[in-house]
Amino acid sequence: MLNGTTAEIAERKALRINAAKTCQPIGAMYASLGIHGCMPHSHGSQGCCSYHRSHLTRHFKEPVIATTSSFTEGASVFGGLANLTQALRNIFTIYNPDIVAVHTTCLSEVIGDDIPTIVKRAREEGAIPEGKLVIHTNTPSFVGSHVTGFSNMVASIIKYLAEKTGEARNQVNVIPGFVEPADMREIKRICALLGVPAVVLPDTSAVLDGPLDGEYQMYPKGGTTIPAIKSMGDSLATFALGHFASHGPAVSLEVKHQVPAGLLELPIGVAATDAFVQALRAYSPSGVAEELETERGRLVDMMSDMQQYFHEKRVAVAGDPDHVIALVQFLLELGAKPVYAITGSRGNHFETRLHEILDPVVPDAIIKQSADFFELHQWIKNGPVDLLVANTYGKHIARVENIPFVRVGFPILDRVGHRFYPTVGYAGAIRLIDLMVNALFDKKDRECPEEWFELVM
Amino acid sequence: MSDISDPTLDGSSSTSGPGSAPPDPNAARDEMLKIYPDKTRRKRAKQLLVNDDPEKPAEIGANSRTIPGIITQRGCTYAGCRGVVIGPMHDVLHITHGPIGCSFYSWQTRRNLARPAPGQINYLQYSMTTDMTEEEIIFGGEKKLAAAIREAYRIFKPKAIAVYATCPVGLIGDDIHTVCRQAKAELGINIFGFSCEGYKGVSQSAGHHIANNGVFKHMVGLNDTPDAGEFRINILGEYNIGGDAWEIDTLLRKCGIHVTATLSGDISYEQVTRCHTADLNVVQCHRSINYMADMMETKFGIPWIKVNFIGASSTAKSLRKIARYFESKKLADRVEEVIAQEMAALRPVQEEARKRCQGKTAALFVGGSRAHHYQDLFRDIGMTTIAAGYEFAHRDDYEGRKVLPTIKVDADSRNIEEIEVEPDPTRFRPRKTAEQNAALEAGGFSYRDYEGMMREMKKGSLVIDDISHHEIEKLIELYKPDVIGSGIKEKFVIEKMGVPCKQLHSYDYGGPYAAFTGAANFYREIDRMVNTKVWKLVTPPWKREPQVPPRLVYQPKANREELAEATKTWKAPSKAGADE
Ligand code: SF4
Ligand code: SF4
Repeated sequence: MLNGTTAEIAERKALRINAAKTCQPIGAMYASLGIHGCMPHSHGSQGCCSYHRSHLTRHFKEPVIATTSSFTEGASVFGGLANLTQALRNIFTIYNPDIVAVHTTCLSEVIGDDIPTIVKRAREEGAIPEGKLVIHTNTPSFVGSHVTGFSNMVASIIKYLAEKTGEARNQVNVIPGFVEPADMREIKRICALLGVPAVVLPDTSAVLDGPLDGEYQMYPKGGTTIPAIKSMGDSLATFALGHFASHGPAVSLEVKHQVPAGLLELPIGVAATDAFVQALRAYSPSGVAEELETERGRLVDMMSDMQQYFHEKRVAVAGDPDHVIALVQFLLELGAKPVYAITGSRGNHFETRLHEILDPVVPDAIIKQSADFFELHQWIKNGPVDLLVANTYGKHIARVENIPFVRVGFPILDRVGHRFYPTVGYAGAIRLIDLMVNALFDKKDRECPEEWFELVM
Repeated sequence: MSDISDPTLDGSSSTSGPGSAPPDPNAARDEMLKIYPDKTRRKRAKQLLVNDDPEKPAEIGANSRTIPGIITQRGCTYAGCRGVVIGPMHDVLHITHGPIGCSFYSWQTRRNLARPAPGQINYLQYSMTTDMTEEEIIFGGEKKLAAAIREAYRIFKPKAIAVYATCPVGLIGDDIHTVCRQAKAELGINIFGFSCEGYKGVSQSAGHHIANNGVFKHMVGLNDTPDAGEFRINILGEYNIGGDAWEIDTLLRKCGIHVTATLSGDISYEQVTRCHTADLNVVQCHRSINYMADMMETKFGIPWIKVNFIGASSTAKSLRKIARYFESKKLADRVEEVIAQEMAALRPVQEEARKRCQGKTAALFVGGSRAHHYQDLFRDIGMTTIAAGYEFAHRDDYEGRKVLPTIKVDADSRNIEEIEVEPDPTRFRPRKTAEQNAALEAGGFSYRDYEGMMREMKKGSLVIDDISHHEIEKLIELYKPDVIGSGIKEKFVIEKMGVPCKQLHSYDYGGPYAAFTGAANFYREIDRMVNTKVWKLVTPPWKREPQVPPRLVYQPKANREELAEATKTWKAPSKAGADE
């Protein structure tokens, strides 16, 4: 397996091998699914849309709807006006969403289609019924990654829809980042436990973790409602979780409607969750609920029980930048030693922030943006690790190098659980410890000499 | 052909519920089309037919553009080229020239399994791309592609490199073919490109064609050393999803038939380069590879026949057809022996599944051949396909190859290169004499014979090309089939409606389903799916029944007394005792 990968590090400038990122539109599509009653629309050829829907479906094991402008060669030469207009007419007639969220693809970006103008004309032609909304974002994949696409779409939703009436509302906004439905659910629960009314945007809980009840709902119960999004301009503050996925949209709301943006990291682990809770506390009429405090206590208890197994363990972390930054800090809390931290996405903040975190404690850690699984594997061949934390695409490395492997992030195509159990919050940290410790134990049980095969660990 | 509304069909009626007589197909069709805006309805009407006369299939509007805004199953030309036809070649290094996504999504997402020789690098585990950035989009990506090829060569030293163009590449005008030619000269290995930009054509199908052309031009015929072995054939259009090709290979080997190459399931570069030395091409998926079959016949004189290794009776028929072609009594006898053996093992499984599946209904919306082939497997266990359609097939796959001369070439097909093929001056070798062929054909044998899906479907069944999300929903509402075979994007929509869905691109990570041994897997799988208890749990009891007394754990009387007795022996601790 992967026997073309050797320890000899070959310099590469042009060839990407086994990417640790994917393209913008899939992130935009995911974000759009977190609006209630929304049809995501991919403006380009149908292949991209098909790939994005398939990949999201494989990750969530749930229906993922989206339409496409189905460009053929003609549209590619003459522009996508006719295609998008016809698409909008069909979408509203057949699928009747409240809102269509258009994102572009590389193709329509290269052509340079001007979406707002096309939408305006479509409206004039009557392709968009009265009272229905069409918004858009630009998602050229030759810039950024799926996380950028997510962030761009969230920023656009806010730009198009958030309003300021001048009358402040007793609520905060939370932009949760490119996280699972279960994480969004958990974030809402934490807000509720502090008694803080919150608009979480986007919110894919009850959209991509729906029940099986014999009926198919094209627009499931969940998703941030349009009135809620509109009200975001009147909120007391916005908490944006994660620099790459969430800070941009929060700042754009601050600029547009002067809602102060609180820039936090993904609440994974104790300190990061504490920071989120502390931020919410300022708006909490009731303080931190006992339930949450007890949960935190249970997490710390588990950490004290389990830290012996993490002590000095060399860990490789690969994934989306906000996740990696948060996971590295959590691993340090556990006493582990994150030696490689990579993301496929670009962005200097990734390296700056991780150096700030790791330089004092793991000075020889390798930190790299715009990296890929191939080079991570080469580093591992040169300096082995005890644990690999990555999305599904880490599985080949884990197998061939025999490394305990925990799947975190997007996409996870070969395991279940990620969409039901959060990784954020105190509860999420408990689950992560559970997954990581058990992965370490499983390897020991599988491989240790018989005399060391122990019942109690 | 019997009518699908005939309740005596296959000996028992459908079990999909009391009084659920199948709807009138014309009314169902109207119901599906009703919601569409006029222009959309007119177009969909041509692609959504009632199979009124299976003997004379009606003209279907297949291989036409997908309507913008319709939720479609279809993917793109790149997916058909890189993903389907060439992707499975395991020792060719594949580089996607484009932004990151296209290559990322085609990285091990199709289950074309491969078992390269020990020590050989399996390139299917790698996803390589130029990961174009804005700079290359503006200033051109040829330099980066050339550099990427060099880097790939330096690191991996492959036998051959294939390069695929994606949408933006075509638009900015990168000339991948020149880059490949120069790299080939510089590095001394075979390097070739495919202009399979996603916007070409109307579906994956265009990509198949482009792939066929490229493989034929750049690989087939490079190595004239024939395989040892008697009765040498190639299997075309078999991609080893879930191990199907291995199953077929094992079966053929039992019969004494040698497979020179399977295009392109678990295939090596070397096998492709000498597949022109075989004596017969058998075509499994007609849609994706008929071009190759025709070109090989013209250039090298290898005839082709259509086969189908999905389904027991189809597999038997295909084996007999191959034996017939080789006109060898030894082979024919051996084939009969093998069929008898395999059927003896399969029959009990078939009977067992049939007990519970007989009379149930299926619908199939997938691919360019599977929607047809899998009907045979369902038929084997007494199930009827009430509706079927392809995702990206052409009229000939529905109506049979006889309609080929009448198919109009539209703008979308015209932009795909038709390569001129001539008989090879030295290597063209007819495998049979004219007399031999005449005799074979007089005996009912036919070459290049694909009759299409519609002739084999029941009168009154629905034939739906490029089915839309809306039509699937309506179909379920009206027909409530017992199982639907489809793809990943539809699967969970269908299952939310309480109908099990079998992914027939990826087999839901199961399989193999080909040949007799694979058929057994499929029968068991369908039996499990249509009879699983999970669907009975969908409605909670409080939605089904009026309030009833709670059902508590049953304790027989004696047991209760014993329990009561046991509690008596327990003494409450005294105040003082509690602190001890
Ligand atoms: S063309 Fe762009 S948007 Fe489409 S799949 Fe490729 S990278 Fe993604
Ligand atoms: S960009 Fe083109 S080639 Fe790539 S996935 Fe999209 S449609 Fe296919």
